[in-house]
Order: sequence, then C-alpha cells, then structure tokens
Amino acid sequence: MSRSSRRLVSVLAAATVVSTIAACGGGDSGGGGGGGGGGGENEASDIGVTEDSIKLGAHFPLTGVAAPGYSEIPTGVQAYFDYVNENGGIYDRQIEYIYRDDAYNPTNTSTVVNQLVLEDEVFAIVGGLGTPTHSAVLDFLNAEGVPDLFVSSGSLLWGEDPETNPYTFGWQTDYESEGKIIGEYIANEFPDAKVGLFLQDDDFGEDGEAGIREYIDDQIVAAERYTPGNTNVGPQIAALQAAGADFVVGFNVPSYTALSQLTALQLGYKPQWFYSNVGSDPNLVGSLLGRFSQGAVSDASLLDGALTTGYLPTVDMTDNPWIQQFQEIWDASGQEGELTNYRVYGMAMAYTTVQALQAAGQNPTRDGLVEAIEQVGADWEGPLFAPFRYSEESHMGTSGMTIERISGNGSEEVQPVRITDLGEDISEFDGEATTPPENGIPEEEAYEG
Amino acid sequence: MSDLQNSPSTAGQVTDEAPVAATAAANAPSAAATTGRTLLPQSTLLRHLVLLLLGAVAAVVILEITDPFTNSQLATLSFYAIAAGGLTVLTGMNGQISLGHGALMAVGAYTTALLLQEPDGALPLPLILLISVVMATVVGALVGVAAARLHGPYLAGATLALAVGLPGLAIYFHDFLGGEQGLRVRAPRAPESFESFIGLVSGANATSTKWLAYVGAICLLITYFLLANLVRSRIGRTWRAIRDQDVAAELAGINLGAWRVLAFVVSAAAAGLAGSVLALVVRLAAPSGFTLVLSLSLLTAIVIGGLGSLLGALLGSALLVFLPPWVTDRGIDFGLNNTEAAQLAPFVYGVVLIVAMIFAPGGFVGTVRLRWMTQKAKRAAAARAAAGSSGG
Repeated sequence: MSRSSRRLVSVLAAATVVSTIAACGGGDSGGGGGGGGGGGENEASDIGVTEDSIKLGAHFPLTGVAAPGYSEIPTGVQAYFDYVNENGGIYDRQIEYIYRDDAYNPTNTSTVVNQLVLEDEVFAIVGGLGTPTHSAVLDFLNAEGVPDLFVSSGSLLWGEDPETNPYTFGWQTDYESEGKIIGEYIANEFPDAKVGLFLQDDDFGEDGEAGIREYIDDQIVAAERYTPGNTNVGPQIAALQAAGADFVVGFNVPSYTALSQLTALQLGYKPQWFYSNVGSDPNLVGSLLGRFSQGAVSDASLLDGALTTGYLPTVDMTDNPWIQQFQEIWDASGQEGELTNYRVYGMAMAYTTVQALQAAGQNPTRDGLVEAIEQVGADWEGPLFAPFRYSEESHMGTSGMTIERISGNGSEEVQPVRITDLGEDISEFDGEATTPPENGIPEEEAYEG
Repeated sequence: MSDLQNSPSTAGQVTDEAPVAATAAANAPSAAATTGRTLLPQSTLLRHLVLLLLGAVAAVVILEITDPFTNSQLATLSFYAIAAGGLTVLTGMNGQISLGHGALMAVGAYTTALLLQEPDGALPLPLILLISVVMATVVGALVGVAAARLHGPYLAGATLALAVGLPGLAIYFHDFLGGEQGLRVRAPRAPESFESFIGLVSGANATSTKWLAYVGAICLLITYFLLANLVRSRIGRTWRAIRDQDVAAELAGINLGAWRVLAFVVSAAAAGLAGSVLALVVRLAAPSGFTLVLSLSLLTAIVIGGLGSLLGALLGSALLVFLPPWVTDRGIDFGLNNTEAAQLAPFVYGVVLIVAMIFAPGGFVGTVRLRWMTQKAKRAAAARAAAGSSGG
C-alpha cells in the first residue's frame, strides 16, 4: 500500500512538473499562426470552438488488455498538438485534446463519447480506436452531427458509405486493400507457393481474406481461423502444416503473431511468414514472445525474414525525415518513454488533423470541416506513403502500402508503394516520397466552398 | 437481537447467529414488524405503490433538472441497477453467488439487437423488452437447474464458465450474431406523446438521450417494484429461510432445489431486462461489452451497497457509474495526464471496495441498518429494564 501510494505521489509530482513546463512553453511563443492566414476576427463559430481554442476528443484503451501499445497512441497525438500549440496553434487557436479511457469495452466507449460530446462539448472526435468500440458510437456521432475523423481501425465501416455516415472518415489502409496488395505480391513473387491463411475470426480476417482471394484464390490451400481470447492456436497451425502450406499469411493481432511463432517452433513448421501490418510490430511482438515463452525466446529474432506491409514510416527508419521530425517533437515534449511506432502513428494522425482544421478555415464549422476534407483531403501530403481517397463518394483513408521484410527490430522495403481502391485494380504509386515542412507543421490553404 | 430483525414471533428460534452481518441489509423488517412510526401505509402492496409513485416523480425531476450527459449516465445507471437488483435478490436473499450475470445480460441484449435489426418493421418496444426478458429467463432456468445442485464456490465456478463461454457464441455464429464487432442497435424513436410530455413538464428538448434515460428509469422502477413485493412475500421469506438454515428449511417442508431455481430464474429475468436496456442505451450488442468484468462489477456493486437490499443495489450501481469519471476528472484537476488519470479510476474503486469490506462488511445499507437496529434494541432493553419485568 505504502509503496504504491509513494509511487502515486511521485507520478503526481512528475505530472505536475511536466504540465507546468508545458504551460510555460506555451506562454512564451505565440504569434505565428498556421494555414493560409486570411483576415477577419476569430469567432466562436461552432460547438467546441472559441476565439482562442478548439476542443477535440478521442477514446482509447488506456487500461485493460488492449492498453499495451494502443495507449501510447494518444501520447503521440498529444505531443504533436502541444508542439503545434507552442508554435501558435491553428489560426491562433490552441488545440485542447481530451482523450478518455474505454478499456476497449463498447459500453464504456458509449459512455465516454457521450461525455466528450455532451459534457466536454468537443468540436470533433479524432482517432477513436477499435472496430467494436467505435461501432457503438457511429450512429450517435452521425446523428448528432459531430465530425468523426480518422478512426483508428482498418474496417471498411468508416469510409465505405458516406451517405449513411456523412461525418465519419477512415484514415489507415483498410484491411481489404491490404489483402489485395499482399495477394498481388504473392502472385508475382511466389507463384508456386502453397498459401495458408491464418485469420482472426471477425471482419479483420474476413476483409483481408476477401482481398487476398481476389488475386491468389487458386494458390490458397487452407484458411484457418482463431477466436480472439483463445490462446491455443495449435490446431490451426497444425492444420496449415498438414495442408502443406509453405507460405502463411496472418491477419492477426500482435499477441497472435507471437503465439503462432511459438506454436510453429514447437511443431517444427517453417513456412515463409507474412503478417499484415497490424500484427507485425517487432518490438511489441518481441516482448510478447519473451512473456509467452517465459524467457525461452527473448526477442523478435523468430520474426527475422518474415514479410509485412507498411503505410507509415517506422521508428527504425532513422534516416526518414518524418521520423527525424517526430523524434525531435517527441524528445521536446518531455513525456516519459521512447518514440515508438504507436506514437508515430498518433503523431501522423495529429498531423492530418491539423491539415483538416487548417483547410476548414479561420472560423470552422462542423459541416465545413467535413466538406473541406471531402474536397481537398485527397491532395494533402503527409507522413503516409500514399494519399487519402477522400471525396464526396468515399471517406476511405489511405490505400497505399509497401511490402517489407523484417530484420532485427526493423525492416527493409522489398516492394515500393502500390495503391488500390475497393473494386479497383492495383497500380504503381507514381508520387514521390514527401518531406515534412520546415517546422514540421503543415500549411494548408483554407478551403472556400 | 436476531429475532427483532427476522420475524415478529419469538417462537421457533433456530440459532442466535443465523443472520450474519454481511446480509444485514437483506433483513428489512416486514410490514407487520415495523414499529408504526411511519407515514407509509401498513399494507405492503400499498406501501410499495406509494414508493413507486414517489420514485417516478423523483425520476422525472432528476432527469429534467440535469444536463444531457448526466441523463446518459442515469440511463447507464438504470441498466446496472436493474441487473444488480436481480443479483442482490439471488445472492443476498437466497445465498447463491453468480458470476454469470454478464452472460445473462448478453442474452437480453442480443435478443433486443436481433429484434431491432429492421427498425421500420420492428415490434413495439415494450414487447421487445418482454421477449428479451423471456429469453434470459429461459437461459436462466437452464442454468438454475444446475445451480440448484451446487453451492458456494462450485456455483460460482459454474456460472463463471457461463460468463466466459456465452459471449464466445457470438463470435462462433458470427454471420448471425455479428462476431467480434457485434450487432448495432438502432433504438426506436420516441413516440410523439413523449415529446409532448417533456414539453409539458419542462419545455426542454426531447432528445433521444433523454428518451432512453426515461425508458431505463421506467424499467428500473417497475423491476424494483416487482422485486420489492416478491422479497416481502412468502417467496422472499422462504428464500431467506433457505439462505440462513437450509437443513431447517428442508425439515420445514421446503423443496430446496425448486426454490433455488426460482431465485435464479427471477434474477435472470432482471438481468435480461438490464441487457435489453443496455443494448438500447449503448446502441450495440458486442461480446466485448459482456466480459467477466461486467459480472464482477455487478457483484462488487451489491456488496458495497449492501447485500440483499434493493436500495443498496441502486447505490452500488451509482458508485459504479459515477465514481470512475469523477476520479478521472479529479486526477486531471491535480495535474495528471489523461492516461494516468484513467488508470487512477480502477485503483480508487479497488480501494473503496477494500475499505468497505474492512469497515462496513454489511455494505452501505447493511451497516446503517445494523446500527439503527442495535440502537433500537438498546433502547428497547433500557425501556424494559426501566419498566421492571413486564416485558415478554
């Protein structure tokens, strides 16, 4: 009791210091102003917007089983928003970012989003995490007319049908497009492989499988599904082995990457592994491997040589200008911990959010924000490898992915970015790799309807 | 002292220590045992009707003077309180521990979700709620048959399996039950009479949040009215007899198994209604909403509030709903960042639970009632001593 209360006190103290420093930092800068400038006064143009602030909200699992990894995303978002605020904010408005814990439980999500919308009165929800959790608030946010930007999930739900959900936007590559790009790569590079699929038994696995089957339906010899929560994947891995699969594609979460690796090790099964983006963070998988094997396996070396996909630079790419920029911002934020891929994800999403708010103009409204993203969102350049697909007909996020080979705690690119869309073919992405603007803050023109 | 709490007659006393402190909250005096210093009518039914009416007025007042977010919190409170009320009848009155009430709520929630898949051609809302209750009752009866044969930790284990296993069905039959991401629920719109009612009462906007809060409040009041009558009836007395002395109860001709199944069924019905309201309020029925944590929270709510007391179940549920956001907000006020503040909430809840178990094992209602009874007994003893040997 006394130890934990002492720790609490020190946490409290540290937090107080940090917030004081942040407040000081915010005080001595000022001026600047982002976006295209423009005359006129700042007005309290909509709910959550005042003359000098704009309030955004989000829900994340900060406690519970889904917290490791995912709870780091909002700290990245916060670090980036703090940085923008120190440099004058957006149209001289400071971004107030409130994120609340839903413990990955839809019942809680419903409660905390009610709180964000009805009590905190946020202007928009940004980056709410999870498919089942965010599903619970999809109708509510669209009925209330609250912009629901950049959902942290690759489900098709967010962007497929803007008519039903006009206020919701996806952000990351959807699982079906990812499946298609993986399928095409296998068809080109491993035409003789016997492919086995290792799928999470929900929309995630289903969408991914649908995408892959568009390209290599005849190469697939087995499709095995696991139920999240059941930690024994022996039967599935053994079935893939028995079917003679020498190339296994996994649409699974990180803990099941670790479980499938350990099970395959026990069975002496050595196919070429391919894990989709969600399940492939080598740092997290490495620590999970250590925990599940009780120390018998200590790092992610089992994953060496496995393939994966990417739509965002990762922390191991230390010569990538975006990573360098984010590293600087993270170090300056003074928050505890290292820059991780989850924090990069959060910062990249925050970057897109700033672009959207700038495009919405000096005195943004909720409907104006949605319109601006639909009209100009597809032109934005940012840390993501490929552009977004935003338009009046589609609210899908980015569509491009590279194929990468994992080595050590990083990865090397084996196929450059290719892009696609639902119901369309895959094509080479002809754009160039982007670099961050000089001060790391975008400068989008205000979109004038 | 025990005869003061338990029955108006002093004959046939089995043992002195039968009613333990932990279930003190359950042993509310029955109508005949009250001392008469009350404004409420003597008849149990009449008294409960008056309380129901007062509750309804209070609910309208509270829902009209609070802001929309508090309305939504009260809607959340209503389904927790309905489920906790059912559980407190089972655990506090009949002495059975269930860790499976989250699963029974899932049955109600999924039934509601399935019936509301086509919002246009859906059945009327009261009928949907009723069907959900019936479905949960059927499942509860099946579990209850098993429960009747088990005691204490064995029953807890069996119902634990239910809590862990049942939500898995939604993932197994994912085409029908929506898998991991669950079934979205489009709550039926408020009828026009509701809008004119709100317009008449407060002139406020009749939002869908408010409508759902009213649906929750109505369900809560009806459930508590029925449960309160039940526990004051012969059925409630029989349950308590089984809880305190099952051997004596059996000797008195009570069929233990049948009465235990009945307790489980009643409790399951309440859980089914709670699940149904949950589906409407949360707008989703998904397996991740019905984890073991839900069942355990319900159990902690009735323990903190006072085992066996409906008022205790309501208070415990209120703590469950209002404490975590309050702690989180205080944490942020004290300069914690959002993550640390969020982690503070379960910590504080745990501390409250431990403190309650050490200093108030009867829960809030049980402790207050035990104090009150002790004082009354002391006064009575003093009065008897003063009046010489005229007592008895």
